[in-house]
Amino acid sequence: MDNISKEEIKQYVVFKLGNEEYGIDIHQVQIIEKIKKITRVPKAPAHIKGVINLRGEIIPVMSLKSKFGLGEDQYTDETRIIIVKIDDNQIGMIVDEVKEVLQISSNSIENVQQGDINLNFIQGVGKVNQQIVTILNLRTLIEFVKDV
Amino acid sequence: MDMSQYLDIFIEESKDHLQNLNESLLELENSPNDMSILNEIFRVAHTLKGMAGTMGFVRMQKLTHNMENVLSEIRNGHIKANSNLLDILFKCLDALEDYIDKITNTGSEGEEEYSDIIKNLNDILSSDTNKEEKEQDSIDEKSSVDNDKEDSETSNISMNEFENNAVKTAVSKGYNVYEITIYLNKNCVLKSARAFIVFKTLESHGEIIKSIPSVEDIEDEKFEFEFTLVIISKSSKDIIKKDLLSIAEIDKIVLKDILIQVDSNNVVNKEVNENKKDIATKSLKNTYEQPKNTSKEVNKRQKPKAGKTVRVDIDRLDTLMNLVSELIIVKTRLEGTEGGNNNQNYNEAVEYLERITTSLHDAVMKVRMVPVERVFNRFPRMIRDLSRKLNKDIELNMSGEETELDRTVIDEIGDPLIHLLRNAADHGLETTEERIQNHKEKTGHIYLRAYQDGNNVVIEVEDDGRGIDANKIKNKAIEKGIVTPELAENMSEKDLIELLFKPSFSTAKTISDISGRGVGLDVVKTKIEALGGDIEVVSNLGRGSKFIVRLPLTLAIIQALMVKIGDEKYAIPLNTIQNIEDIKTSEIQYVKSQEVIILRDKVIPIIHLDKILDIEQKVQKDTITVVIVKKGEKQAGFVVDGLIGQQEIVIKSLGKYLSNIKMIAGATILGDGEVALILDINTLV
Repeated sequence: MDNISKEEIKQYVVFKLGNEEYGIDIHQVQIIEKIKKITRVPKAPAHIKGVINLRGEIIPVMSLKSKFGLGEDQYTDETRIIIVKIDDNQIGMIVDEVKEVLQISSNSIENVQQGDINLNFIQGVGKVNQQIVTILNLRTLIEFVKDV
Repeated sequence: MDMSQYLDIFIEESKDHLQNLNESLLELENSPNDMSILNEIFRVAHTLKGMAGTMGFVRMQKLTHNMENVLSEIRNGHIKANSNLLDILFKCLDALEDYIDKITNTGSEGEEEYSDIIKNLNDILSSDTNKEEKEQDSIDEKSSVDNDKEDSETSNISMNEFENNAVKTAVSKGYNVYEITIYLNKNCVLKSARAFIVFKTLESHGEIIKSIPSVEDIEDEKFEFEFTLVIISKSSKDIIKKDLLSIAEIDKIVLKDILIQVDSNNVVNKEVNENKKDIATKSLKNTYEQPKNTSKEVNKRQKPKAGKTVRVDIDRLDTLMNLVSELIIVKTRLEGTEGGNNNQNYNEAVEYLERITTSLHDAVMKVRMVPVERVFNRFPRMIRDLSRKLNKDIELNMSGEETELDRTVIDEIGDPLIHLLRNAADHGLETTEERIQNHKEKTGHIYLRAYQDGNNVVIEVEDDGRGIDANKIKNKAIEKGIVTPELAENMSEKDLIELLFKPSFSTAKTISDISGRGVGLDVVKTKIEALGGDIEVVSNLGRGSKFIVRLPLTLAIIQALMVKIGDEKYAIPLNTIQNIEDIKTSEIQYVKSQEVIILRDKVIPIIHLDKILDIEQKVQKDTITVVIVKKGEKQAGFVVDGLIGQQEIVIKSLGKYLSNIKMIAGATILGDGEVALILDINTLV
């Protein structure tokens, strides 16, 4: 706690896509739901799997795996939909498993901002106890979705 | 003092008043001598002045003040309300509307003084006062007072004629007429409240026919500690005096019989003298006018009390609506689970719940409903202006103004209707000469009708003008490259007229200020379709044309037919469905490689929803179920795999991320919590 002014500790929801671990800022997460019936929307972009009913609200759901080119989702008991909210817009993201909530200090997040277009929505890579967590920048990720 | 919290109320109320003013001015144009209309106009102008003053909008106040001066002169009968004068008054109205617009947008009234309008108003006044000087000296003295500050004095004079009649009649019927001056205690805090009690007390004895200062001013506490009233009553002086003295904080009451000459030099008594002389010399005619006048006076006073409505933020209504929608979803879900539970009580309860939710839904819908009058009421003025601008005699006939529509629709429907009305006035109606040549009535008629038709509201704009020339449209369309000549030859008259709705199609030979700016009926059509409605046109060459706009009553909850396509469920709005047919696949024919069926001599194109919606289809069937839908005059048959049933559904948006998917109008939540998509008939047909 010596250099508290520089160091910022944030909480991240860590989830798995295949074997990789990703994290998103807990403040953007609204709720985590078990996988439920998704209604397909014709002519929607491929990674948008459809819409779900979340307590009376219609929320689009996207597959992060097909978005990242990690193959198709296999729905299991561990599969979850993380509902995030960006600027009043809600969207659900299908993930293979939600692991935990981690506290990561800003000092232990490395920025990776080179070349690859995919990196646009990667904020950095956090290292905690030998674990490597890719921190996603939801704003650019979802902005990206909207433009498709 | 910070007035910003009252700004919304101010704007809302001002709009109401301006609307009122608009209507009254139009009425006044038709019957320039109607005193009740004049009084109404005067009252509105006065209220606006007061409101603007309170809010610190000095320029607006100044304009209304000048307006009021002119109005009071009209009311006194010193100026005739001719069309010239009305033009200026209409200009005032426009200026006031501009002020309000500016206030709505920026919170301040802006810098515009409208000094030309004020000058016009004053010109009328000055030309008028010259004339007046010769006639009466007492008036002269008054108008100078009037120009100085307040209008209350003038309004009193103008009431003179009424009062004369009233007093005359009262005396002839054996009533007493008293002049009562009430002196309030100097420490009195709520003067207007005291005055109100005095009014109340006196009203129990008879009619108050006059008050100095005016009732409005007393309500606004614009008086010192005394005011004078004239009352017609059967009660004796003593009783009235006793009653009045029982009111607290009244110092003194001076009660005079008006028939007894009182020696005093204040204005009121001078008038009373005149009254008395009048009574003595004039015969007792116009008896029936008395109750009318007094009742008006009573109305005037009751107006501020009649506050039985509440202004509610539209967001709160939306929240309420959402909650009702939720309730309906739960209700549907309960109905669905009924099968597993055959309990009699349970069924009854569910039925009861259904009735209540339906009533609740209706009630909430009703709260959101606004009569179309709100949109219609600006049209008479518009047509009047168009009539002058185009130099055509136009009469606008409106009906069904009370028809109600959802507020969201009302807010959007104004512009399309203006467009249609302008079209009717500009293109639809012939010039006066043309009409005479064609042996038509000189005055062109435009009919604006609204009525409810099932779950729709229909608005018709009809004119008795030249109608639409399909040939002209054909040539124009070919010229513009909208259709090929070959295609145009094969088109029916109806289809040709439909071309009017194509983008950038304007048949006006000359581009006028009024219509024909290139953006045409396609904009109207887009807008109406965005509201879930449709528009069609019927034309009778030489006799007129009619635009029919069909709008949904509500945007939020509809009846729909649930259908199955593959394994997916979709909703089709019930009001678009004409009928459902089972067709043998062998009956399908081909026209220009488009599958069609022939049904009662009509050729209906077939749309395979499974293909359009990318649904995997497993088996080919011999018989298919076709849902025939209608959009305006167009029909199409949707092939579905199964019918689930009719259901009340709540329309929900798919949200921002999926807003560009055209074929889907929205989504709804079924009883089991599943989501079903609603097909957008407008884009599919």
